[in-house]
Amino acid sequence: MTIKIQRRSLLKGGLAGTVLSILQRPKSTQAHNIKKYPDSYGVLVDLNRCIGCRSCEAACNKEQGLPEPNTPFTDQSIFTPDEHGQKRRTDATAYTVVQRYDFPGQDHPLFKKVQCNHCLEPACLTSCFVNAYTKTPEGAVIYNPDVCVGCRTCMIACPFYIPTFKYSSGFHPRIMKCIFCYDTRLKYGKPPACVEACPQEALLFGKRDDLIKKARRRIENKPDLYQDHIYGEFEAGGTSWLYLSPVPFAEIGFNPDISDEPVLDSVKNFLAIVPMVLTIWPALFAGFHLLATRKDLQAQTTDDTSGEDKR
Amino acid sequence: MKNIATNLNHLPIKSSVKPDGSLWKFKEQLLLGLPFPDYMQKVTSSWLNRVLFVIVSVGLFFLCQRYLFGLAMITHASNDYPWGLFLGFGLFAMVPLSASGFLLGTTVIIFGRHDFESIERLALLNGLLGYFFAVVYLEVDLGMPWRLAYPMFVSLGPASVLFLVAWHVATYLSVQIAELLPPFFLWINRPGWIHYIKRITLGLTIAGIILSTLHQGALGALFTYAPTKIHPLWISIEFQWIHFFCSSIFGGLSMVIVSSTLIHHFMLWRCSKKFTSDLDRITLGLAKGASYAIFTYLIIKLVAIAHDNEWEQLLTGWGAYYLLEIGIGAVLPMILFAKAVRDRQVKWARIAGFIAVFGIVWNRLNTSIVCFNYQLYQEIPHWKEIWVTIAIYAIYFITYRFILYRLPIVFDWEEENS
Repeated sequence: MTIKIQRRSLLKGGLAGTVLSILQRPKSTQAHNIKKYPDSYGVLVDLNRCIGCRSCEAACNKEQGLPEPNTPFTDQSIFTPDEHGQKRRTDATAYTVVQRYDFPGQDHPLFKKVQCNHCLEPACLTSCFVNAYTKTPEGAVIYNPDVCVGCRTCMIACPFYIPTFKYSSGFHPRIMKCIFCYDTRLKYGKPPACVEACPQEALLFGKRDDLIKKARRRIENKPDLYQDHIYGEFEAGGTSWLYLSPVPFAEIGFNPDISDEPVLDSVKNFLAIVPMVLTIWPALFAGFHLLATRKDLQAQTTDDTSGEDKR
Repeated sequence: MKNIATNLNHLPIKSSVKPDGSLWKFKEQLLLGLPFPDYMQKVTSSWLNRVLFVIVSVGLFFLCQRYLFGLAMITHASNDYPWGLFLGFGLFAMVPLSASGFLLGTTVIIFGRHDFESIERLALLNGLLGYFFAVVYLEVDLGMPWRLAYPMFVSLGPASVLFLVAWHVATYLSVQIAELLPPFFLWINRPGWIHYIKRITLGLTIAGIILSTLHQGALGALFTYAPTKIHPLWISIEFQWIHFFCSSIFGGLSMVIVSSTLIHHFMLWRCSKKFTSDLDRITLGLAKGASYAIFTYLIIKLVAIAHDNEWEQLLTGWGAYYLLEIGIGAVLPMILFAKAVRDRQVKWARIAGFIAVFGIVWNRLNTSIVCFNYQLYQEIPHWKEIWVTIAIYAIYFITYRFILYRLPIVFDWEEENS
């Protein structure tokens, strides 16, 4: 057996492969462009108006058919931090929760409703390897339990700690998260149950673009009352749910480390190298193999004594 | 099993043919050529087996609980820490420690270093079992383990990093099975079939390199989905995949050193003369490679800190912990490996191997659990979760030993070259 390979042809092939791979645009990053829907809905949460009545929680519980909680929705003791010193968070029985923040010197606490922010470029969606998540044109990020494998990467990826897992089920576990009441309301252009239930009009439903304008107006009209910032306008690539607050957002549990780029951007570094490795490695290592074993080959060809292959 | 070799001179089995000329039966091979009562007596008389039995049987009970009533039965069911020990240890630590297969494959097949041949099969087996049990751990952790094949065939999310991991681990598992078929063919007395594998060995090995580069890196890239949750010292958006890939190189080499050390110490009766006599030289060779790899790893770690300008972080408590991890988990084994190579003292290479393996596990647990949610609270896994993790590792150990006893991994089959 003789393999005829010359250094020139090897270099030629290797060079051609490299050029080809550079010319190729990394496919994986292209696949990610998520269409931003211009007419999508959103909700503006005005923390100045929230009184912590938890009506939104009750409405959500009923609308989504979630299990009844241990204590009634009027129970205020629920706001005390848990055993880890953490505020309340969403779990498999509650898609939305209200948190209380006490500030020394202030006569009343600040309440903050937490639910899925329905990102414009959702981290949960981009991290999912079975495409269980969909961003609908109406703005909701919905979840399909029929294909979910339960790997919980979406929970890792969500910068807002929103998706939760039904750990208590052996045969029907699933991700539990707010879906913007998509099936029952948003699909028909109706506001979600929590918004409808709010007695204080702390939640305002509308087109996201309009909400941003309205939020700006509120800030302009009462600059003493508001931080000059609409949380969610740009954070994590922008979210459908937007917040206005009287205190700096970092003081009420909004992570200031969350940048304006969608989470996907930090993953693209790796995704871009994938096609490169796939194209360059085979040629590179086959080349290494030929170089490393060339002495064996030479020994073989000289043994042949035909002499035709000597260089 | 120690005295199998000394009592009867036709044992241990290392050929398809008995001394009287007849073929070994399959059942006899399974029982290592011993009569059933003798075999059982040997199995049950070992204290190690008794301990393993207790660990595994309790662990299997917990697993039944988990599969019937959900993960909440054996874990803290945390929504803040979706990934616990099963992935933190089972996937993120087992996979780099199983890089040995592709590393030794590359050394022997691609670079033509046939002086490492006597350990190649052990490295391949170490790789295959590590990957296989990483999948087992995954099957414990997944909410719906019966849907394992969904990302391949039912609903595809090709833009996700995990999609790449799933495909590559699955493909690489098949590659490794193919690479390990020759000793299996010998064992089932089909030496002729090896020919078919030998033809595609080069292709398999190159496939192994590509798949390994990408999925070892992808495991690191998975954490770039959580750039705000992991402490900045343990996450580098640009370099995370290189950190994971590069550390898998010395992780895999160190794991082979550990495994071969244990085999040489506790299973000498099963080793061929060639394996035994080559081992010291090969261990030093592996040590050399490992120390280079750690050196490279440290440089990239440093570059990452410089790139993200995190020098100040080093002065905090987390920084001290980071330096401790780097110091014990990487710098110390690097120095010991280098010392072993320079002074030609295998003992130090072996000690360094154990430390480096510990260092890899420590680093992966830090990234996935300890330094994850560093702004929240510290999660300490449920004791049942720890137990099940150890129990699956015990099954891994038993399987590993079962194969080493029987298949020609560290010994030669007489029919191989005839």
